[in-house]
Amino acid sequence: MSGQTAEKLAYMANQIARNLVHDAAPVASVADHIVTFWTPRMIDILVAQGRSGLDPVAADAITQIVAGRIPPSQSRATDPLVHGSDAG
Amino acid sequence: MGYERQADFGTPEVRSDTQVTCFIDGREVTVPAGTTVMRAAALTGGSIPKLCATDNLKQFGSCRLCLVEIDGMRGTPASCTTPVAPGMQVHTQTPKLHKLRKGVMELYISDHPLDCLTCSANNDCELQDQAAAVGLRDVRYGYEGENHLGEMPDISNPYFDFDPSKCIVCSRCVRACDEVQGTLALTIDGRGFDSKVSAGLTSDSFLSSECVSCGACVSACPTATLQEKAVKEIGKPERSVITTCAYCGVGCTFRAEMRGEQVVRMVPWKDGKANRGHSCVKGRFAWGYAQHQERILSPMIRESIDMPWREVSWEEALSHTAREINRIRDTYGRNALGGIVSSRCTNEEGFLVQKLVRAGFGTNNVDTCARVCHSPTGYGLKTTFGTSAGTQDFDSVEDSDVMLVIGANPTDGHPVFASRMKRRLRKGAKLIVIDPRRTDLVRSPHIEADFHLPLRPGTNVAILTAMAHVIVTEGLADEAFIRERCDWDEYQHWAEFVSAERNSPEFLSPVIGVEAEAIRGAARLFATGGNGAIYYGLGVTEHSQGSSTVMAIANLAMVTGNIGRRGVGVNPLRGQNNVQGACDMGSFPHELSGYRHVSDAATRALFEAEWGVPIDPEPGLRIPNMLDAATDGEFKALYIQGEDILQSDPDTKHVMAGLAAMECVIVHDLFLNETANYAHVFLPGSTFLEKNGTFTNAERRIQPVRKVMEPLNGYEDWQVTQELARAVGLDWNYTHPSEIMDEIARLTPTFAGVNYKRLDAEGSLQWPVTDAAPDGSPIMHIDSFVRGKGKFVVTDYVPTDERTGPRFPLLLTTGRILSQYNVGAQTRRTANVVWHEEDLLEIHPTDAENRGLKSGDWVKLASRSGETTLRATVTDRVAPGVVYTTFHHPATQANVVTTDYSDWATNCPEYKVTAVQITPSNGPTEWQEDYDAQATRSRRIAGVTGLQGAMEPAE
Ligand code: SF4
Ligand code: SF4
Ligand code: SF4
Ligand code: FES
Repeated sequence: MSGQTAEKLAYMANQIARNLVHDAAPVASVADHIVTFWTPRMIDILVAQGRSGLDPVAADAITQIVAGRIPPSQSRATDPLVHGSDAG
Repeated sequence: MGYERQADFGTPEVRSDTQVTCFIDGREVTVPAGTTVMRAAALTGGSIPKLCATDNLKQFGSCRLCLVEIDGMRGTPASCTTPVAPGMQVHTQTPKLHKLRKGVMELYISDHPLDCLTCSANNDCELQDQAAAVGLRDVRYGYEGENHLGEMPDISNPYFDFDPSKCIVCSRCVRACDEVQGTLALTIDGRGFDSKVSAGLTSDSFLSSECVSCGACVSACPTATLQEKAVKEIGKPERSVITTCAYCGVGCTFRAEMRGEQVVRMVPWKDGKANRGHSCVKGRFAWGYAQHQERILSPMIRESIDMPWREVSWEEALSHTAREINRIRDTYGRNALGGIVSSRCTNEEGFLVQKLVRAGFGTNNVDTCARVCHSPTGYGLKTTFGTSAGTQDFDSVEDSDVMLVIGANPTDGHPVFASRMKRRLRKGAKLIVIDPRRTDLVRSPHIEADFHLPLRPGTNVAILTAMAHVIVTEGLADEAFIRERCDWDEYQHWAEFVSAERNSPEFLSPVIGVEAEAIRGAARLFATGGNGAIYYGLGVTEHSQGSSTVMAIANLAMVTGNIGRRGVGVNPLRGQNNVQGACDMGSFPHELSGYRHVSDAATRALFEAEWGVPIDPEPGLRIPNMLDAATDGEFKALYIQGEDILQSDPDTKHVMAGLAAMECVIVHDLFLNETANYAHVFLPGSTFLEKNGTFTNAERRIQPVRKVMEPLNGYEDWQVTQELARAVGLDWNYTHPSEIMDEIARLTPTFAGVNYKRLDAEGSLQWPVTDAAPDGSPIMHIDSFVRGKGKFVVTDYVPTDERTGPRFPLLLTTGRILSQYNVGAQTRRTANVVWHEEDLLEIHPTDAENRGLKSGDWVKLASRSGETTLRATVTDRVAPGVVYTTFHHPATQANVVTTDYSDWATNCPEYKVTAVQITPSNGPTEWQEDYDAQATRSRRIAGVTGLQGAMEPAE
């Protein structure tokens, strides 16, 4: 994973945070926004980054997402979608 | 349908609560008060001779052919100007009238060439019909006298001719240009015998005049004076099919008038509810690309993008593609695959592409080009109102008192709707235009905006918040509406925010670049001027705060109570013909059709039951994320239907790098577009003339697209996608797009009542079509918002990170012009190029002078992302510090300079703000030359036999 994408994702998360700071519960709003629109892989990249480069609201949101998350499938062997659609 | 002219009732329909009954030649008829005798007669099946009247123009009463006798009335009044009265007894065919009409007709014919048999309008000429109707057999006045028979035709317009020798000076063309189009390009010069139609000054031709080639005058002309060139070349049509324009989001419907498999002309359909019989130059005339020699008709493949293309059979292309898809899925996993749905293709085609990606590839990596235009509309309106769509139908504008147009240039982008706006504005509605450029709407014949606020690009949120500040602090908010319809607590939180001093026009004026008093004036007018309607376009969405701007617009509509009835509302003007439809069909990576999130188990269950496969509960990648993932080596294959992301998406170099990193790029299109330079598979597409389906326009109106000729490439696009799906192992067996629509209706609550039978019978339906709204929904949120209570969202102004500085001191904003469409792949392949041969850079005289530039000079346009060259045009349409260009031509590659900044909520790119520098230049940049060379290399096609390099014809 190139640093460039991680940097870009951090930029996006910060941008979301800046635009949602006036919400009643900004951290929850940012977390909700990211979970609604980002792929798990994008979130993983950001999680791997840690808090560096993130503004506090975005960083807290990521922490909240991680806390509430069901672990992703470990291998494609346990991924139901691969089996369900591997028709040809 | 056979070929017959559409019925003409002579004078326009009248709306009235009172009905009047009268008798036409003894036939009883009841019509709304104010209806003319002529129209009443036509409604009973009668036909009073006429020449100067036609039912989309106000009655004029000049030809005197339509005379009638009315019991109790003296003389012979003109039926086109006489309204019916209760109990009126009208006689339309009497010996006296016969004689009078014959005399009138004789005068007309005596100054008209009698070459009917060889005239291109033979059997399709109202003059000829009316001469027959009045029984004219011979002409007593000879041709020896003075006449106009020797006058030279004007053939300057690429699509229609003007032959003055055939003109009867009925002035229908002049009135059509005034009333229907609103351009006022034509006049009748001179008086009496000398009077004649003219496009401006005597030296002027149609091409050099103000004429925008909409064709309204051509449709209105009762003779062969103004006539399509194609009718002369091909001959009179013999059948017609109703279909929908494939260019912009207005969704005009047309009669494709055919001769065999050839389109003779596209005539705007009078019963079309979006266009009401009007059209623009694109839909009316620019369909010749369908037969363009550069169209690719056989599938092609290649192993790598530096090899020439190899033409192959459909079987080989599809099995090769399926093998590649399966290989990539086995090697890199299903999330290395994705697809792009086109907003130019039909609903059914879009639905199938996302179904192929979700059910066949097994991923939610599907997106649509709406990502780069109206994704913020979806987000913003869903958040505030609960539905990702505009609130009104187009007819609604007839009841608007104040129009606020922001970030839209309707006379160029949505011309037919612009004509309807102008018609309302000429009747006295007020106009506020918020746009960095002085668009044509700001000042045009008989129209002058009450306020033009030429803001600095990138300050939309600031100006809308400042207007809200004025409305709230000056007590102009519609509290009754807000209390009843919106969440009161959220409103108070918002009202407190906008009331803060830092959101006042005075405080924000230096940022916005507009006088505080003008902002106050505009806000007061919008809040107090009666029915207020907001129309917006990509100048709103394509910003780093695009979604915030859409929500700020929604806030403004709610705070003034302008939602839920005719004449008001929030109206996104959609760019491409089927942007609304593509979004509705589940083309976004996080949503299934009808805007239902993939994480919703109940929705997924519905699709899983119908499709027999599991649906991923996690959102997929958006287009920019796909490109990022590709450069990271994680995304490998992309099926792109009908889009040219390399030309249309921002930051060209980044798009190139993303595409180059993929192993299988499948382009399904009409032409070898720019994206195809990086493709491994090319599947030829079909044009809108060659397929069945539906488009959904900006008013949520679903309209049929009908096949008028067989696809030259062999398949309709939905069939190509179906074959690809079958090749990857899906058992799809659709035999007609109507079956796809039935599936959409089964799976999508807002489409529950939509089917082809109803569309055929009713012409169109506006979703939601549900049990609660069985006939569709012209206007939404009437009694309550779809989400329940309307939601006020605080939209704080966050300046974009794209800033001007010493190196890049100017702001570039981009747009489009009337005659060209989007990346221009279609319009550049028509005669429309006479109006726009190249993209030009508009620059203010002061900025030009500082750089020693004049109109016509080559300039280098450079930003942090890249640079390109084009020619300058010096104009005060743009403010100092702002430059503007269009993106219709690949040679310019305006997106080389746009950045990858994007909307915070949707990643819609920030096309409308780029910091740039302009310097004199003497020709294309090195990058442009390299790009050209690569493109030429990439478009080579080897011999059909597969001997690579054996034959590499130049294009
Ligand atoms: S084509 Fe349209 S703009 Fe041109 S003269 Fe005719 S009505 Fe006017
Ligand atoms: S050009 Fe046609 S419409 Fe115009 S005045 Fe002449 S006959 Fe009438
Ligand atoms: S391009 Fe738009 S306005 Fe023009 S004819 Fe087509 S749908 Fe109508
Ligand atoms: S049609 Fe009535 S006066 Fe011409």
